[in-house]
Amino acid sequence: MHGLVNRAIQSFVTNTYGRARWRSVTEAAGLGGIEFEAMLSYEDGLTDAVIDALCADLGVCRNDVLEDLGTYLVSHPEVEALRRLLRFGGESYVDFLHSLDDLPDRARLAVSDLRLPVLELREEGAGRFTLTCGPDLPGFGWVMMGILRAMADDYGALVMLEHDGIRDGDEVIAITLIETAFAKGRDFNLGARAG
Amino acid sequence: MLDDLLTRLCPMHLILDAEGTIRHAGPTLQKLRPGAQLAGQRFLELFRLTRPRAVTGFADLMADADGKLSVGFRDAPHTTLKGQIVAVPGGAVVALSFGISLLDAVRDYDLTSADFAPTDLAIELLYLVEAKSAAMEASRQLNQRLQAARIAAEEQAFTDTLTGLKNRRAMDHVLARKSGGGMPYSLMHIDLDFFKQVNDTLGHAAGDHVLQQVAQVLVEETRREDTVARVGGDEFVIVFDNLTDRPRLQRIARRLIERLEHPMRFQGRTCAISASIGLALSVEEPGCAPEDLLHHADLALYAAKRAGRATMRFYATPAPGDAARCAPGWAEPGRDEVGPEPGLNRA
Repeated sequence: MHGLVNRAIQSFVTNTYGRARWRSVTEAAGLGGIEFEAMLSYEDGLTDAVIDALCADLGVCRNDVLEDLGTYLVSHPEVEALRRLLRFGGESYVDFLHSLDDLPDRARLAVSDLRLPVLELREEGAGRFTLTCGPDLPGFGWVMMGILRAMADDYGALVMLEHDGIRDGDEVIAITLIETAFAKGRDFNLGARAG
Repeated sequence: MLDDLLTRLCPMHLILDAEGTIRHAGPTLQKLRPGAQLAGQRFLELFRLTRPRAVTGFADLMADADGKLSVGFRDAPHTTLKGQIVAVPGGAVVALSFGISLLDAVRDYDLTSADFAPTDLAIELLYLVEAKSAAMEASRQLNQRLQAARIAAEEQAFTDTLTGLKNRRAMDHVLARKSGGGMPYSLMHIDLDFFKQVNDTLGHAAGDHVLQQVAQVLVEETRREDTVARVGGDEFVIVFDNLTDRPRLQRIARRLIERLEHPMRFQGRTCAISASIGLALSVEEPGCAPEDLLHHADLALYAAKRAGRATMRFYATPAPGDAARCAPGWAEPGRDEVGPEPGLNRA
């Protein structure tokens, strides 16, 4: 697993639940307080072990933890850079949804060995979309649920999201856009670089 | 008709008449000068040309063969733009873009993605700059942490990487454990003779080779429990645990010198060195701190050097009544064995 993914999980746990929790979770996972490096690669098993230990520690199911992780990635100031990169996807929430098709390629453009699952947006009409997430990273659909929800807030759009389970190995998310300009949303200034 | 087409396809265009006066400006270009209507201004009064440079009037510009432009606003901010001018019936069309000034421009003019044509790669360029900066920053932090860890590891290392012997830090640790008394021990301080000549004439690679050969000899001629350390460039210290017998130490020292004097070969050339040795024994100076004993071994080594090198000396405690504290004294070893009484020989 790419270190960026592990680092994101570490950042999520320490900034949401505190450093002590990160220590107890990693110790439970048999990794004794490990600090992940964003630019190194790790065994895939480590990531699963950490997430399993986190679920057990919080007493929350895996899907909910992954969705919270997705929300965190867009809404927490610590990872503002990521929100900005996602906002480059477009002017409106619909533009952003369409940009998801390019997301794995965009990620690879920035960090050449970062592989994200294939994403495919289908427009069903009347403000309804389905997003399918490729099978490479089980549970990534739940992370996307969190990201889609938080990005809707960011754009000021009102949406309904539903994880429709797995079809032919792909996770499927149903998106219903109720209102594009529901709230003001957050500012996005092209020239203001996140520090 | 042309205005509408260009506005949608190229929001940074200008339509000029035959005299070089702006008749129509694309919306993004107009956004760069919010206080002034661009239409009606003369192109060459609004912009300073850097390509083509030698243009005195609009007619010159139109006569320029390839029409490639590099321009900057005459007033601040002097944003530079690149572009193309193409003659059309009744005037010209100019298509402009930010080029490399894009990063400053989005900041200076508060541009949004709606200000760029969908075919313009500006947004992708901005995305890439930000994404790459973030990735670079993560890499830079990783490198800093690795560097710090490496320095810490080196500081904590006990091994001399060139020779595989213990280093000074390791020797200090060994000596620190001696300060509580306990087992008797001896310190042998070895300094190579003529090593500098090898380095100077045959080069550092030859010098490193010699040091490695010396290390091998020192290890072969000592016991497993002895501590053999390289404490400086060509300086070594051996800590002999539970060995304080002068004749035996003398034999070891002579054997070491003899073996080190064997010519060493390096890339077909011969490296000839020798060694001077100073020895200090804990049993001869009861209560002497390990660092002082090491200093005494050093003094004995100095005496050996003065005695013409390639030889060894024992440290001898100063004679009673000698006022000088820590006075350098050393025993001249006899031809066959070392007498117990110290012969004082002041330098």
